[in-house]
Amino acid sequence: MSLLRIFCSYLFKLYFLMCNNLETQCIDDKMYMEYNCFIDKKHKKANGSMNNSAQHKRNVFRKRLYGGVGMTVKVKEKGGVKGFFKKVYKYRAFLLMLMPAVVYTLIFAYYPMAGIVLAFKKYTYAGGIWGSAWNGLENFKFFFQSGQAGLVTRNTVLYNIVFIVVNTVTQIAVAILLTEIHNKHYRKVSQSIMFLPYFISWVIVGVMAFNIFSSDYGFMNRLITAFGGEPVAFYTTPKAWPFILVFFNLWKGVGYGSVMYLAAIMGIDTSIYEAAQIDGANVFQRIFKVTIPMIMPTTITLFLLSVGGIFKGNFDMFYNLGGNTGLLYNYTDVIDTLTFRALITNQNFGMSAAIGLFQSVLCFITVLVVNKLVGLYDRDYTLF
Amino acid sequence: MAAQTSHLGKVKKGRDVIALNIIAYVFCGFIALICLIPFLMILAGSFSSETAIMNNGFSLFPQDFSLEAYKTVFNEPMVVVRAYATTIGLTIFGTALGLALQTMTAYVLVRKEFEWRNVFSFFFYFTTLFSGGLVPYYLLIRQTLGLADSYLALLLPLVFSVYNLLIMKSYIQSIPESLIDAAKIDGCGEFRTLVQVVVPLIKPALATVGLFIALAYWNDWYNAMLYIKSETKYPLQYFLYQQINNIEGYKKMIASGVSGTVVSSVSLPTQTLKMALTIVVTGPIVLAYPFVQKYFVQGITIGAVKG
Repeated sequence: MSLLRIFCSYLFKLYFLMCNNLETQCIDDKMYMEYNCFIDKKHKKANGSMNNSAQHKRNVFRKRLYGGVGMTVKVKEKGGVKGFFKKVYKYRAFLLMLMPAVVYTLIFAYYPMAGIVLAFKKYTYAGGIWGSAWNGLENFKFFFQSGQAGLVTRNTVLYNIVFIVVNTVTQIAVAILLTEIHNKHYRKVSQSIMFLPYFISWVIVGVMAFNIFSSDYGFMNRLITAFGGEPVAFYTTPKAWPFILVFFNLWKGVGYGSVMYLAAIMGIDTSIYEAAQIDGANVFQRIFKVTIPMIMPTTITLFLLSVGGIFKGNFDMFYNLGGNTGLLYNYTDVIDTLTFRALITNQNFGMSAAIGLFQSVLCFITVLVVNKLVGLYDRDYTLF
Repeated sequence: MAAQTSHLGKVKKGRDVIALNIIAYVFCGFIALICLIPFLMILAGSFSSETAIMNNGFSLFPQDFSLEAYKTVFNEPMVVVRAYATTIGLTIFGTALGLALQTMTAYVLVRKEFEWRNVFSFFFYFTTLFSGGLVPYYLLIRQTLGLADSYLALLLPLVFSVYNLLIMKSYIQSIPESLIDAAKIDGCGEFRTLVQVVVPLIKPALATVGLFIALAYWNDWYNAMLYIKSETKYPLQYFLYQQINNIEGYKKMIASGVSGTVVSSVSLPTQTLKMALTIVVTGPIVLAYPFVQKYFVQGITIGAVKG
């Protein structure tokens, strides 16, 4: 164990040293010496700590050296392969620092991207991703003809539309009303409590749902019977789940989302409110004619961003809230849970990969379209 | 945030202001209450006696106050402690590794003299636009890398995220370039500039991104479900998931674990045990929450600005 630690620390030190040495050499040694002498001569007594005049001298020096403060050395670059290798050499420290993340991304993001060929193959354990035989569009055919494609796509899109609308409206309302609360403690405490659900996992939310909606012990049935109604077996009533899912999705996201809108509201110029006040606007008019229009850019950006993910189902949520119960599939099955089931439960790798590819392509197209739309609205808000 | 309205409100508190105040207090209080109630119900359930739950169902307050469920959980504390140890270890190690990776990458992508920074930014960003989906990833971890049933399968998928990278980038961008230039003139290498100049300046970002990573590790159960077979390696959330869905098995495990005395698993509580286990698993994060909340708010605000 300790051997391993020592070995790791050596590796790390080596890495440090390489990065440092490489870059130090990059700075022209002569210039560096000249600069050091310059500083030493003028500020021997400063003893390492720079005062303002030293900083000024440094800037003057830098101006002389580089032609301006904050400028970098401009070297004429050659094109072509030779120029490329020269640049690789020049940027070797940067490239070395980027390397771990690049290697990680290549392995964990780009290699699986190549693996989508599996969607057109009949997967066998012996063949793996690359050796299995092609089977054309067989996987897609099965997925679409079984009728599942339409169902899960519909569910995913409808759920996301409702989530977006309900969440946006509630989050904005909470943000606006929070700013109207003048009692600091009341505001802080209620905001903190609203933020709390964001921190717990969906597994725990699943337990909470059981606590409330369980047919034998659930709190909801207790309420229903207390008011003279018939108890409902929620876990076998598919139609109840859209409401439960929308509720818990809102429940978990309300604090998180309202923080973003709060930030936008805080950015509004106070003088606009003063002007509105002088013009005789009441508080409701101030909210509807000033606050809401002023946070529209944030709202639209966040809205379009979430529209970009309209084909993505939140697996954690759906799986823990009814998405794992066969009885409820018609109402709770989304693309992500179907992909998971095809892979883990049915071991149908080809079909699962096909569904995954179907979803990835839909997502990609949506993001491109949304980005275009954002661009039409305001160039600054585009993603790329 | 309330400054603009509060000092205006003092001028003349009209009827509209009072009406809005009432709406604001009631609405926010209501939402906060709704957010709190599920927590309270689990807490109440865990302190209730099994028979009371059987007869009346769950409620907002403990019925027939009893510590039976907690006693049962701590009859066999090692299974919970082991899951805790796994999760804490993963969280600490993963957060440290993730922060190092993300800071280093973000720093390079921010440096203006690195001409290829846009190419690399796109290289990372593209992975958020298009992905291979679940199956190739699953096969990569299980077969190509051979990480099935290994802690690495829990560590690696969460260590690097482009969203955290973006937060980090926008923080580092706010550092005046002249500071980095000054360090370079003093002969700092890139790595030293990063560690001794940039890192001390982005401590709030480190806290924010670190907490985002830590939360992802803490709440992760999905990767465990996909890649972990042996029960001894379950992280906390997946442990909870398993025991809740197989509560009879958990009861048998507890019953057999009590040495010396013969306990029938039938006599152990079921519903309250689920609640007590959930509280044991959730407790620490709820207790830590007030101290870390502000860093999350910072992070979200940055994320909102950058999109």
